[in-house]
Amino acid sequence: MATVRIPTPLRKYTQGAEEVQINAGTVRELIENLETAHPGIRERICDDKGAVRRFVNVFVGEEDIRFLDNLDTAVKDSDEVSIVPAIAGGTTTTS
Amino acid sequence: MADAVAQRTDTPPPAAVQLARTTRTAIRVDCILDLIGNTPLVRLGTIDRDCPAVEIWAKCEFANPGGSVKDRAAKRIITDALARGDLDNGVRLVDSTSGNTGIAYSLVGAALGLPISLVMPSNVSNPRKQVTAGFGTEIIFSDPMEGSDGAIVIARELAEANPDKYYYPNQYANDSNWRAHYDGTGPEILAQTNGRVTHFVTGIGTSGTIMGTARFLHDHDPSIQCIGVQPDDAMHGLEGLKHIPSSLVPPIYDESVLDDTIWMSTEVGWDMAERIASDEGLFVGHSAGGNVAAALHVARGLVEQGKRGVVVTVLCDRGDRYFAPLTWEKHYVW
Ligand SMILES: Cc1ncc(COP(=O)(O)O)c(C=O)c1O
Repeated sequence: MATVRIPTPLRKYTQGAEEVQINAGTVRELIENLETAHPGIRERICDDKGAVRRFVNVFVGEEDIRFLDNLDTAVKDSDEVSIVPAIAGGTTTTS
Repeated sequence: MADAVAQRTDTPPPAAVQLARTTRTAIRVDCILDLIGNTPLVRLGTIDRDCPAVEIWAKCEFANPGGSVKDRAAKRIITDALARGDLDNGVRLVDSTSGNTGIAYSLVGAALGLPISLVMPSNVSNPRKQVTAGFGTEIIFSDPMEGSDGAIVIARELAEANPDKYYYPNQYANDSNWRAHYDGTGPEILAQTNGRVTHFVTGIGTSGTIMGTARFLHDHDPSIQCIGVQPDDAMHGLEGLKHIPSSLVPPIYDESVLDDTIWMSTEVGWDMAERIASDEGLFVGHSAGGNVAAALHVARGLVEQGKRGVVVTVLCDRGDRYFAPLTWEKHYVW
């Protein structure tokens, strides 16, 4: 299972957990399974069309999925996936 | 004013407008700090075009020397601390910052020869780190997953552990923050609108801007509506703004000062930031986009009620603070 790092504003969906373990082969699957395990979280990460919201960055390891295969980016069990909002001084995509 | 509105919609700007601009007197000052505040007020004449009888005006806070509204708070916080002796004997100022305040402290510190240390989440962009470091500021990194609240905790701990080395002004709890706006932004808006302001709308970060400006405007005329803007969710991208229900509540924030709160979606704020650039020629940041979107919401509400209004909002900083990285810059330091 991949390790998913949850940012502070989304921890209300994970009962306060900073990291959760999710089974998935791609980022798309990971977000679906994250939603099953923690209902309500997907809407905060993705827009109505299912795309990652413009102000949310998803990293597989050190790489932003926007520079990989986006939602189709492969996820391995050893991967650490981070969901990072573009706030607090601006992360990579906003500043 | 009514004439200007009528003219603007059907004729190109008359040459007289250009002449007035070029002959405007430039001011001269002895110190960079004297250029903080007294920012221009600009009409958002394209954006308010579909709101007859309502004008939207914006305070150009990006015109401060550090490029943002935070220059005002930083200058006042530091000059008040100096007057109290809190920065005597080489004591360093340490605070947490989401960026603009850090630049502002760094600028004021450099101009006055005072040492500054800043705690910021390590995911702030490289230009932000470089600009503060360029002023000679020491940077201490906090966990990016903990956001700005994590930076606050570390700044506080540092100052508590080393009280003779660090002074922690805590912009979230420092009355100098909102007083800068009570004595500056508020009176400027009143004067620049010739007392016609009916609504003041702005986003809440530390809440210094809204608290000080709203208190001043209410003291002058309690019927002036002062409206705060907050992101509509804890997970947002309106940098500089706080979703207070899910954050550490700034001690200077007093909800009773406000007449209303508008909950702003990140997408609406971002789209408006783009529109302000393309339609008004003002390339501003996302919180400014959120502010103008909220001001337009207020203006449309007035139109629906058949009311007149002069709505004032704030352009907190410039959009070039938020450039996306280019593909070849895609390696990030966590
Ligand atoms: C870009 C930006 N917008 C808005 C604000 C909010 O201003 P204030 O802290 O006065 O509430 C800040 C500062 O915190 C900011 O940096």
